[in-house]
Amino acid sequence: MGLRSLFGGDNVVTTKLDEAIGWARKYSLFPYPFVTACCGMEYMSVSASHYDLDRFGAAFPRFSPRQADMLMCVGTVSQKIAPVLRRVYDQMCEPKYVIAFGVCTCTGGFYDNYATVQGIDTILPVDVYIPGCPPRPETVIQGLMLLQEKIQKQKHEY
Amino acid sequence: MPNALKLLQNKFSDCIRETNCHLGDTSAVVNKKAVHDILEFLRDDADLNFDLLVDLTCVDYGEGEPRFEIVYLLHSFKTKARIFIKAQVSEPDPQVQTVSDLWHIADWYEREVWDLFGVSFKGHPDLRRLLMYEEFQGHPLRKDYSIDKRQPLVTAEGTNNSQITPTLEQSQQAMEEYVSEENGLSVRHMFLNMGPSHPAMHGVVKIVLELDGEKVVGSDVGIGYLHRAFEKHAENISYTGVFPYTDRLNYVSPIINNVGYALAVEKLLGIEVTERCKYIRVIMSEISRIADHLTCIGAMAMELGAMTPFLYFMQAREAMYQLIEEVTGARITVSYVRVGGVKADLPAGFESRVHDQLKKVRAELKQVHRLLSRNRIFVDRVQGIGAISTADAISYSFTGPMLRACGVDYDVRKTFPYSNYDRIDFDVPVGENGDILDRYLVRMEEIEQSCRIIEQAFEKIPVGNVMVDFTGKEIPAEKMADLGKFGQTEGLLLQVAVTDPTLLGAGESEHAEVRHADKRVSLPAKEKTYASIEGLINHFMLIMDGHGICPPKGEAYFPVEGANGELGFYIVSDGSDKAYRVRCRPPCFAFVAGFSKMIEGCQLADIIPAFGSINMIAGELDR
Repeated sequence: MGLRSLFGGDNVVTTKLDEAIGWARKYSLFPYPFVTACCGMEYMSVSASHYDLDRFGAAFPRFSPRQADMLMCVGTVSQKIAPVLRRVYDQMCEPKYVIAFGVCTCTGGFYDNYATVQGIDTILPVDVYIPGCPPRPETVIQGLMLLQEKIQKQKHEY
Repeated sequence: MPNALKLLQNKFSDCIRETNCHLGDTSAVVNKKAVHDILEFLRDDADLNFDLLVDLTCVDYGEGEPRFEIVYLLHSFKTKARIFIKAQVSEPDPQVQTVSDLWHIADWYEREVWDLFGVSFKGHPDLRRLLMYEEFQGHPLRKDYSIDKRQPLVTAEGTNNSQITPTLEQSQQAMEEYVSEENGLSVRHMFLNMGPSHPAMHGVVKIVLELDGEKVVGSDVGIGYLHRAFEKHAENISYTGVFPYTDRLNYVSPIINNVGYALAVEKLLGIEVTERCKYIRVIMSEISRIADHLTCIGAMAMELGAMTPFLYFMQAREAMYQLIEEVTGARITVSYVRVGGVKADLPAGFESRVHDQLKKVRAELKQVHRLLSRNRIFVDRVQGIGAISTADAISYSFTGPMLRACGVDYDVRKTFPYSNYDRIDFDVPVGENGDILDRYLVRMEEIEQSCRIIEQAFEKIPVGNVMVDFTGKEIPAEKMADLGKFGQTEGLLLQVAVTDPTLLGAGESEHAEVRHADKRVSLPAKEKTYASIEGLINHFMLIMDGHGICPPKGEAYFPVEGANGELGFYIVSDGSDKAYRVRCRPPCFAFVAGFSKMIEGCQLADIIPAFGSINMIAGELDR
C-alpha cells in the first residue's frame, strides 16, 4: 500500500491544480499559538506526545507571525490584548487561517464582562471554532481536521 | 487580646478606632493618617516583626460612609501571627499614604487598588494603571461600575501610549535621547519590548527592557492582559456559582483554588466538612500540585531547549489528568469542590489506580533528574541566575516554592494547617541561594512530597459508607427523576439511585460522607430531592436566586498552599446570597512584581529561564 499503489504503475496522476495545492497546504500548516489562558494547558497536551498534533502536519509552532499560516487563538482575549492579536494577524502572510480555540475565543464564554472581548470574530475573521472550556484534545484534533477539509475544498490563489 | 493589639493600643491609642477578633482573625481599624506609622511599627518592632505584607486590598462600601476600606494583611514569620489593619477612606478624592517605601510589593498592590477602585496613594512613586489599559475610563471594581459596561476597543492605530510596540522611529528616537554617562564614557541604552506575545512568555505579559549591550539595566513589567474580572463576577453570582470562576484562576491546579474558596466560605459559615471529605480534598489538591509542578518544570526546560523533559512530564501530567477526569469528569476546569464538601465521592478502585499513576510519575521524575539535575548545560544556565535575596523576597511578599528556594521554611500547610494536613507527615524542601536551580530542585522535591502525602492520605482516609442496607432495588437516577416528576414517589425513598459521580454528583449512599449535613449549604442527595417534599424544598431553597448559601454578615480570610504559594481568599459577606466582595490573593502576583529585581544585571537570555522558574499563571495573576 501507500503512494505506489495509489498512483498505480504508470506514475501519472491527474488532478485539478486547486486540489493539488489544497492537498499540499493542508498538511503543512505552521501554527502561531497565541496562547493567553487556560486553553494553553490543553494546547500543551495536544501538541505533546500523548495526543501528538504532529500527525496532522501542524505541530511545529512558529512564533513569528511572518512564518506562520495558522493563527491558533488559544484562550480568553481581553480588551487589553485584542489590539495585539489583531496586529499579529495583520503581520501574517496570505494564505492564513484562524482557529478559535476554546469558547472564550468563540463567544467570550461565561466571561460576559467589561474586560473580555465577546468572541474574536469581532476583530478578525475566523475559519474554525472549537468550543469547550477548554476543549478536549480530541475536539482540537477534530477542529484541525475540519480546517484541513476546508483548505482542501477551497479555491486557492496562486 | 492578642499581643499585637495590646502593643498597638499602648502606642497608638488615639489612632485605633476599633479592634476586633472575629473568626480567629485579629483586626484593627485605624486612622488613615496613622496607617503608615502603624505599619512601620508593626514591621520593625522586635517582638512583633510583621515582616510579610501578605495582601493589600480595598473594599468599596458603595453608599456607605466612609466609602472605601483599605485592608492590609500582615504576617510574622517569627511569631506566626497575622493581623489585619484597616483604614477607612472617604470620598471625594479618596487618598491614603503609600506604604511602598516599607514593602516593595506594596508598589504593585497599590497600583492595582488605584486601577480598580480609584483610591490614590500619596507619595507613590509611579501610580499608573496595572491591570486595565490606559484608555480605560473609570474604576471597574467600584460598586457603581456595572459588570457588563464595555468600553470601545482600542485599535492599534488609535493608541497613543505605545501600548503595543513602539514604532521603529519612536524607539530610535528614544535611544538617541537616552544617553547616560558612565565612567566618563557616554553609554547608549537600548529599549526592547518583550511580549505580550512572545514564545517564552507563556501567558501574556509584557516586559520593556532597558539594555546595555546584552545586560539588563532596568525593566518594566506590564500585566493585565488576561484580566477577566474574577472578583467582579464573584460579587455578581451565588456562592456556589463562583466555583467555575475559581477553576480558571490558576488553571494548572484548579482544585486547590476550589478548596481555598470553599474553605473561606466555610469559615464564614462556621462549618467543618467530614473527615473523608477532608482527605479527598487533600488527595485531589496534591494531584493538582503535582500536575502544576510538572508543567512548570517541563515548560521551563523546554524554553531552555531541553524538549525531552517536557515530553516526559507532559506524559506524567496526562496520567494526573486522567485521575482528575475520573473523579471530576473534567480534565482541567473541574469545579469539583462545593461549600460543605465535594461534588461526589471517589470512584471505586480509585486508590489502586492512583498508586499505579504515582509510580509513573516517580519514574518520569527519576528520568528528568538524570537528564537535568546534573546536566552541565542546564546547570550552567540556571545556577546563580535570577537569584533574589531572602530580604528582597520577603519584601516582595514571595511565598511558596519561590520563597522556600531562598531558604525560608514557610508553607501554609505547616504554618496554618487545614484539611488534616497536620496529621500527615511530609517535608518542606528549602533551598539556599534563591536562584533558578534551587527553585527547580524545590519543585522536583515537592512532587515527591506530594506523592507521599497522597499515599498517607489513602492510608488515613475513613472508609466510605459505600455499602448500606436498603430494601429497594437499584434504579438509574434519570428514571428516579422521571418518577418523581410525575408524583410517583411511593417507595422511592427506599430505593437507591445509580448515579455517575462525575456527572450527577453524590447519591444517597455516599452523600453523608462527602457533604456537610448542614442544610444551609449542602444540596440534598438526589434520591431525597426527587422522592421527598423536604428534599425538594431544600434543593430549591439552595438553587433559587436570592435564597442560596447565605453566610452571616462578616468577613473571613482563608489561606491555602497553592502550587505557587499562599493562595488566599478574602470574602466580605453582607448576609445575602452573593458575596459583597471576594478578593483573591494570587501567589504569582508577587513573583511577577519582583521580576524586575530578579533580572537586574542578568543577560538578556537569562530572562527566559528566570521567567520559566517563577511559573507565572496569567489567570491567577490578572484574575
